[in-house]
Amino acid sequence: MSSEITKELLESETSGVLKTELTLGLPGDSLVQKSGIKRGFSDVDLKLANYDQAESQPPPQAQVVGWPPVRSYRKNLIKNCKYVKVGVDGAPYLRKIDLEILSSYQDLLTAMGDMFTCLTICHVLNERKLMDSANGEEYVPTYEDKDGDWMLVGDVPWKMFVESCKRLRLMTSSEAIGLGAAAPSTPSKGSSTSC
Amino acid sequence: MINYFPEEVLEHVFSFLTSHRDRNAVSLVCKSWYNVERFSRGKVFIGNCYAISPERLISRFPRVRSLTLKGKPHFADFNLVLHDWGGYVYPWIEAMAKGCTNLEELRLKRMLVSDASLELIAKSFPNFKSLVLVSCEGFTTDGLAAIASNCRFLRELDLQENEVEDPRGQWLSCFPDSCTSLASLNFACLKGEVNLAALERLVARCRNLKSLRLNHAVPPDVLQKILARAPQLVDLGAGSFVHDPESETYNKLKNVMQKCTSIRSLSGFLDVNARCLPAIYPICINLTSLNLSYAPGIYSKELVKLIRKCKKLQCLWILDTIGDKGLRVVASACKELQELRVFKSDPNDVGNAAITEEGLVAISAGCPNLNSLLYFCRQMTNTALITVAKNCPNFIRFRLCTLDPITPDAVTMQPLDNGFGAIVQSCKGLKRLSVSGLLTDQVFLYIGMYAEQLETLSIAFAGNSDKGMVYVLNGCKKLKKLEIRDSPFGNMALLADTGKYETMRSLWMSSCKVTFGACKSLAEKMPRLNVEIINEGDEMEGGSDDRQNVEKMYLYRTLVGPRKDAPDSVWTL
Repeated sequence: MSSEITKELLESETSGVLKTELTLGLPGDSLVQKSGIKRGFSDVDLKLANYDQAESQPPPQAQVVGWPPVRSYRKNLIKNCKYVKVGVDGAPYLRKIDLEILSSYQDLLTAMGDMFTCLTICHVLNERKLMDSANGEEYVPTYEDKDGDWMLVGDVPWKMFVESCKRLRLMTSSEAIGLGAAAPSTPSKGSSTSC
Repeated sequence: MINYFPEEVLEHVFSFLTSHRDRNAVSLVCKSWYNVERFSRGKVFIGNCYAISPERLISRFPRVRSLTLKGKPHFADFNLVLHDWGGYVYPWIEAMAKGCTNLEELRLKRMLVSDASLELIAKSFPNFKSLVLVSCEGFTTDGLAAIASNCRFLRELDLQENEVEDPRGQWLSCFPDSCTSLASLNFACLKGEVNLAALERLVARCRNLKSLRLNHAVPPDVLQKILARAPQLVDLGAGSFVHDPESETYNKLKNVMQKCTSIRSLSGFLDVNARCLPAIYPICINLTSLNLSYAPGIYSKELVKLIRKCKKLQCLWILDTIGDKGLRVVASACKELQELRVFKSDPNDVGNAAITEEGLVAISAGCPNLNSLLYFCRQMTNTALITVAKNCPNFIRFRLCTLDPITPDAVTMQPLDNGFGAIVQSCKGLKRLSVSGLLTDQVFLYIGMYAEQLETLSIAFAGNSDKGMVYVLNGCKKLKKLEIRDSPFGNMALLADTGKYETMRSLWMSSCKVTFGACKSLAEKMPRLNVEIINEGDEMEGGSDDRQNVEKMYLYRTLVGPRKDAPDSVWTL
């Protein structure tokens, strides 16, 4: 019995028609489009017959009290993390990293390496870079600070960096040349490198 | 001729009845059964602390040893209820301290608990063994210190998600050296420091300690020492875990974890470096319960590696960072999964949740024993819900939460009525349901028709007309709690079946279309209901217009009339 009803529901899904065994009065033709989240139930009901035509306005979720329903205890916990966007030159989408749970620049590089799996960490002299082994392209981690300036990662103490970092970007070495003391990669003086 | 059995025999027979429902039924049979039952009842559950008074409780059940009380309505969790609405536990403790000093166990949820209450507990009940506080507030660690100092036989101190002030931080050292009875200690929600040496000594002398949940202030090296002393632990909450996989602490932790072969349940990890998770690998195979929902920093890849090893998992709480892909891994690895909760990882970041209906479908296909679900997702489809209903007919709790509360079926753009309809129709044992997404009155028609065992229903931004609510009130015979927000249900629905509310614990309606006048007439008609109107602003200053919509209404059945501790902004009609 249940599988029949399930099948029927599935069929009605694909045919776009609401089929039901019931004959109680159904409000099938009085579908109300909610025009907004916040108590949009004025005296006038907007009756729209076809949902496809209806505009789906992105609701102002920041204004809705208590939605999504997350306990304040949990909200406060999660507030303690600091997610920043991470972009890589050439990648179509960004990722996010929580800086609060990392404790050093090394951690940061590792995390970025984990995220963008085509990249491996490469030490040249004292610099930290990530390299794409597929195309030999080198990436230098940079970040945008509170003032909106783009800075090279690694100059300031870690905690200060976490404090001021707004977003991260892995720039290709060539683009990053203007960013400060980092000289274009030169062969090391015999010390171990892992490129 | 069972009436002629001596009372001791009846009492002995009743001692096998553990459920409240069975005991309640038994007490209705006849007077002598009522009396035998009430003197032998040890555990009482009161779902709404204002439904009955402490004095009446004690006069009916003078030998109660275990009391469970719930205070604020559920939506208080989401900031929809005033902080000082009520739910004070002090009068209960006061009454018990006078009339029923056998009390051994107190379990409170969403109540206001003062330090004075805790101190009174500590002083008044010589056999006190167990204190469980869930989502409570109003107390500080001073109150905990009183409990620790005075409750000589304390077995359980379990603090779950409470808001606690911590002025002094020395409460843990208040456990006397003679205290060796602790079996369960959970202080994960405390924000302050604890005396680490005292903690270590406490753990060392409590040989029966089975459950230990630490807070963020216990550093990994102390965790390691504690685990070395308590390999018998069954449930562990690691507050702070190690960050550096190269460190000595990490190695020590890894080694000690291998010896903790009794651990079945793991939680906490408030801050953890994903690279340190391999320390837990040795115990994964034994885990039946894993809660990583407080650990935002674990990347999907690491999480998945961990979960793959947890083949016996029955209960999993995680964040949506796991992604649909990660859920597919769960589905393939955790065949015995019964409960899944996927929480939003970034409550402020809307629209970026990594979870869709696909993850849920995968889980339902891989985990046929699934019976409890809480799922925060970006989108859902009817087809997915129908498939889930077919795969998992055993749902007892099904709570879905779409980020956009009125999002339609992501593929067809239709309401999600049919999907939820399939859930209630297939899951004949469903007791708790939260619906979400674009929903018309139709879904309530289905719920009224099929959800015969439904006890709790949460509705938000759903329905078109009064008919929706009426379908539910007419159909769901076992309904106990109905909570509705931002839905177009009005007076007709509210007043359609007033007698129904006496069969239910409570009804919450906020931002609906119910007017002041209707609430008043309901209150007049039904003296055994308290109809409370919560005013936040000055909407109802001076005279109240009967035609005005009520912002928040909470009504509940009660045997003791309007309460006397309501703040000014709460009116009992």
